[in-house]
Amino acid sequence: MNRLSKAFKNAAEKKEKALVGFVTAGDPTLDESKKIIKKMCESGVDILELGVPFSDPTADGPVIQRSSERALKNKITLETVLKITAELRQDIEVPIILFSYYNPIFAFGPQKFYEKARAAGADGVLVVDLPPEESDELTGGWNDGDFSLIRLVAPTTPSERIAKIAASASGFLYLVSMTGVTGSGGLNTSLIADLVREVRIYSDLPLCVGFGISTVDDVANVAQVADGVVIGSAFERLIEENIDKPDLAERLAERTEEYKEATKI
Amino acid sequence: MLSENSENQAGIKEYPDANGHFERYGGRYIAEILMPAVLELDEQRQKIMPDPDFNKELIDLLEKYVGRPTPLYFAKRLTEHLQGAKIYLKREDLAHTGAHKINNTIGQALLAHRMGKTRVIAETGAGQHGVATATAAALLGMKCRIFMGVEDIERQAPNVKRMELLGAGITPVDSGSGTLKDAMNEAMRHWVATVSDTFYIIGSVAGPHPYPVMVRDFQKIIGVETKKQILKAAGRLPDILIACVGGGSNAMGLFYPFLDDSTTLIGVEAGGKGLDTDEHAATLTCGSPGVLHGSKSYVLQDEHGQIAPVHSISAGLDYPGVGPEHSLLKDIKRVIYTTADDCEALAAFKMLCLHEGIIPALESSHALAYAIKEAPKRAKDEIMIVNLSGRGDKDLDMVVLALEKEK
Repeated sequence: MNRLSKAFKNAAEKKEKALVGFVTAGDPTLDESKKIIKKMCESGVDILELGVPFSDPTADGPVIQRSSERALKNKITLETVLKITAELRQDIEVPIILFSYYNPIFAFGPQKFYEKARAAGADGVLVVDLPPEESDELTGGWNDGDFSLIRLVAPTTPSERIAKIAASASGFLYLVSMTGVTGSGGLNTSLIADLVREVRIYSDLPLCVGFGISTVDDVANVAQVADGVVIGSAFERLIEENIDKPDLAERLAERTEEYKEATKI
Repeated sequence: MLSENSENQAGIKEYPDANGHFERYGGRYIAEILMPAVLELDEQRQKIMPDPDFNKELIDLLEKYVGRPTPLYFAKRLTEHLQGAKIYLKREDLAHTGAHKINNTIGQALLAHRMGKTRVIAETGAGQHGVATATAAALLGMKCRIFMGVEDIERQAPNVKRMELLGAGITPVDSGSGTLKDAMNEAMRHWVATVSDTFYIIGSVAGPHPYPVMVRDFQKIIGVETKKQILKAAGRLPDILIACVGGGSNAMGLFYPFLDDSTTLIGVEAGGKGLDTDEHAATLTCGSPGVLHGSKSYVLQDEHGQIAPVHSISAGLDYPGVGPEHSLLKDIKRVIYTTADDCEALAAFKMLCLHEGIIPALESSHALAYAIKEAPKRAKDEIMIVNLSGRGDKDLDMVVLALEKEK
């Protein structure tokens, strides 16, 4: 069983849902970022989404935009992110999903990316701006069933399209909670429940919900209906607000524990 | 036999394919949230655009409201001054709102209206596309919001006031360099949140499929008219067509009907402060293939795929991307892409004012700059057509400032 499947299975056995934590690699600094990530993984993050910074993150709200800018100032490249992944893999078993826009991967070389990401110990990649219509150019040469391209389903995705997306998905499905950018307000749990129910018709994969989930209550509500809860902007906001604090990593760990607690059902 | 023959003839005018690919360029590189909207748009435009009623309404507005056909004007004094090829100007500056942008916004707004959308949004650099969108929205009674970088708001102030007068809300964008690219980022973010009732009117032949082909189809009227007009005026096709290229809509509009002809096609990009500096916007000349704003095309970027900061004196060309069809036309060498820098554009701006009594947009001044360099090298019976894509009233502050600096 691969690391992703194991993570969902472990959570289910403990009667909880998977906590999927996103941070931008190299934010606020390379060293601090590594410290934060390790602490978060020790404190309850079941799946790590490691963000590759991009200059023009059109699907992200201001919080992740700024985290991306900080990481870019630190000269974080896809290569750096792969190095961080390999280092983390020495110490932790938490599945790592790289989270990127397509251009950094395209510039790196899609096939080379696949090989290096696997070698580094990543378990998959989520490419925000690469819909199924274009994704063959990335996955064309993939031959390892344990490395997943994480597909997205949005509230705007019609049923027939959900079916198509589900058919080619692996790892888990990422359900976008609302029509908006990351970090938006106005989470609607009953709409999320509807979306989960609909996608469930077409897929047996674990369903993780993300976008706009920020409070412990949000987590508890989403955990009622989904297999995993994705937190991104809320972690990045905490980093931003405590950027100079010596106990930054501990603060992230503390918040992670609170979220993890809320995933118990 | 016949069908086989016509298949063989299928040439460069047949792009893109059904998925919006111009060979390796184009496509739809966008978030899943937007995919259904973009697919619906593609389906609807294929249904609505060939509809005779839609066309009648569009042509009627283009004639009576926009003032088409715009004249093809023989620039006699400029030609005499340069002592070379005959220079004609396609006067898109005389279209309502002062630039070619209106051809596309009227088309897209009509389409949006037919699709039942009540609200349009747009990005703008020079403000011409913003003004043209606000105008079309006012004409059709739709709500309108324009995204504009803070630097552009400053350097194209008159257009900001025009948009406001036309009833549009303006969202200043201060992320990144506060220019066209950032305005487009923000418009896409806003669209993601409002996609159910909002139609995004993209102003160039860029963005995800079907925008590049749709915008080209609304803009190709420039080239269709030009062809008729030059045949009437000179009895033959021109030797050379010149247009400026930022995203590339005025160039695509002019070039497209000539792609199968032997006319030389020249796209002029913004050389900014020089190609040996980092401060230019010469995407096709200096860039490499990448993915930006929903399509694959040439992009100015670093080796890690991060989009590069760019510069041009002209806000409308200050963009690190370019439409995907231009990328294909560059690769197959059907169009020659070159550059004019800030100084050359300014000099061309001044020359047209003094020799023809026409104040051109700084964007169009880049195309003029090439014509001014090239015309004297050409025989006097050669015909050169420059797309005068817009008028320069919006640029007066910028130009006065730049000319003062020159002193």
